[in-house]
Amino acid sequence: MAKYKTKGLDCWGKAKELRQRYYQDYKEAHDRGALRWEGGAWSFDAVPQSLEGEVHGLTEEPYGASIGANPAMQVRYQEAAEGKWGCANDLCAYLRNYWGSIILNEYAFGGEWPHADFIFQNHICCSHAKWLQVAGEIAGGEIPYFCFDVGVGAYDKIGERQINYVVEQLYDGIEFLEKFTGRKIDDEKLIKKVHNTYDSSCYWAKACELNQAVPAPLDEKTMFSLYVLGTLEKSNDDIANFYKNLLYPEVKDRVDNQIAAVANEQCRVFGDSQPPWGFLRVYRYLEQYGIVSNANLYTMSLIGWWNINEKGDMVPYPTLEEQGVTLKTREDALRFLVEGEIKGKLEWAPFYGATYKNDLVSRMVKQWKCDAAIIHLNRGCEGTAQHQMEMKIALQKLGLPVMTFEGNMADQRQFDEARTDRLIDLFVKETLGLKKVA
Amino acid sequence: MTVAGIDLGGRNVHVVILKDDKVVAKAAGATGIQKAEAAGKFYDEALQQAGLKRGDVEAVVATGSSGPRVTFANGYIPDAAADARGVNRLAPSARTIIDVGGEEGRAIKINAEGRVQDFAVNEKCAAGTGTFVDTMARALEMPVEEMAKISLQSTTSIPMNAQCAVFGESEVVSLIHQKIKKLDIARAVHDAIAGRVASVTRIVGLEKDIAMIGGVAMNAGFVASLNRELGMDVIVPDDPDYVGALGAAVAASQGVLGEEVKAKVVEKETIEEGK
Repeated sequence: MAKYKTKGLDCWGKAKELRQRYYQDYKEAHDRGALRWEGGAWSFDAVPQSLEGEVHGLTEEPYGASIGANPAMQVRYQEAAEGKWGCANDLCAYLRNYWGSIILNEYAFGGEWPHADFIFQNHICCSHAKWLQVAGEIAGGEIPYFCFDVGVGAYDKIGERQINYVVEQLYDGIEFLEKFTGRKIDDEKLIKKVHNTYDSSCYWAKACELNQAVPAPLDEKTMFSLYVLGTLEKSNDDIANFYKNLLYPEVKDRVDNQIAAVANEQCRVFGDSQPPWGFLRVYRYLEQYGIVSNANLYTMSLIGWWNINEKGDMVPYPTLEEQGVTLKTREDALRFLVEGEIKGKLEWAPFYGATYKNDLVSRMVKQWKCDAAIIHLNRGCEGTAQHQMEMKIALQKLGLPVMTFEGNMADQRQFDEARTDRLIDLFVKETLGLKKVA
Repeated sequence: MTVAGIDLGGRNVHVVILKDDKVVAKAAGATGIQKAEAAGKFYDEALQQAGLKRGDVEAVVATGSSGPRVTFANGYIPDAAADARGVNRLAPSARTIIDVGGEEGRAIKINAEGRVQDFAVNEKCAAGTGTFVDTMARALEMPVEEMAKISLQSTTSIPMNAQCAVFGESEVVSLIHQKIKKLDIARAVHDAIAGRVASVTRIVGLEKDIAMIGGVAMNAGFVASLNRELGMDVIVPDDPDYVGALGAAVAASQGVLGEEVKAKVVEKETIEEGK
């Protein structure tokens, strides 16, 4: 007899549909006279999406991850990037997948590579700084390219000066967009898109906060499929509606009715970095031992916005309504967009030092009541792999058993599945001393 | 009670048979490509030594990177879990284990009951493994045993890169061309691997006592380098290469079979073979 009730999410089908439609829309955009743009998942999509008329974007990281989940496709794309373009195999795995896709002229969701009309990108890491510039060159065309700098410091260093610096660049970005597309930015649309961005970012954080409950209503494998929508287009009406009106109420209902992600939850695990996307079955293996992976700084704050409150707890960033703010002008919209993105996205903080990461994860394991941690030493992403061993020590000092395994989020050639199976088995049975409960 | 432990690694297989908690037979040899067959061959050899038949053994537990391929075993436990049980039997004061085998080097922190508390493994790299030692011995054109022996006579420390077996080999060739004495090069090789292994060990912490096991523990030159690097002497139990197999046999006597892991592997192989 299971310890708790469990069931799949009612909104699961909608999440899948939105993701599929996003990639389909990008592919078909030109057939409908719409514009296509490429950018990063952290690229303030509200701005290019506010151009007049129909616009569709393609964000780099989730596209690279989609390829990463398909082993056969992934190897072909990476070998194309390395063999035909001379790309080093220790570069970002998403980037190599993305470039390989262009080199082979194959869109992972069917058909030929759909060329973009412009690129709207920001510098969040060394790979992003050149990713789409080179992608444009590989595609053989002069794709208009705008890139802006967001390296203004961690959340606790953000003030007016930092916000102004990014806002000024977005004004330049608007000038670029209008010049190269011949379309104007629609301020009414921009205000709506920024509002949507707040809803997506804040309600995802609220849903994740509910995962502090015992039993946890969500497991990380499911969360991976849910946060991805925010990496595609957080300013999208349907995506914002999904987080605010479908997912969050459903997760709340699960907590109220003790509906568990893992029916026999007996151990809660903290994760780190992106997983090896072709290896997600490990989470189902863990479930057999009553283990739920219920918290991860990456999963929860890549798109989710958070604050640290006066008690020192991580709490969801307030929505515009909760702040009592009504956006009226372009200036309002851009300022609040920038403030939320650079102050609320705590995932960004570890890029500025191990102290930030150790501090945040130490808060999280207490708040989310984690018993152990499994850290993926991710060779595929230099950014999220920073400070992982320091983090291990920090968690061990809190008394948590911690295991690490080396892999790559999207390059299976750098991941030893059989060996990882053995390590996880060892950790679960020997170190945690757990027995099968399902 | 008669039980057996089989450690089927990447390069060698080791078998230990326990009867009423005492070791009654041991056998070992190279696995070759046909690993499962090698396991059966050396298991039968050990049984013959003990005057036993397969039917006399109540439980067989396999371990090692190819352990799940021992189809006649009743169960499988991960390498580190076997090491922990084996060391706990032979050196109960040990709290840290360093196991350097042919394809992997690992450090394990254990408690007084011989349960794994933490572990660290060198990942997908020959540096810090027995394979690295073999490669360097080939470059020096001498057997590993001789390299071990002469390195103990060296009093000179020469820095060498141990981050990669391929670059390491080039470096040995370069040192030979510089007319550096072979005994000093042999020590440099051991010092380099010891540095690598010690850094993996520091990940789990250097809690005394430290036991060194695995085939490389039989290399006295390497052990001397490791002692220097760690600043303390490690315990090397008798037959350090058999400790994993002994630990698997101990697990068998304790009824730790890890059935579901074996079932999972067999199921996976069945699918891969299209059955």
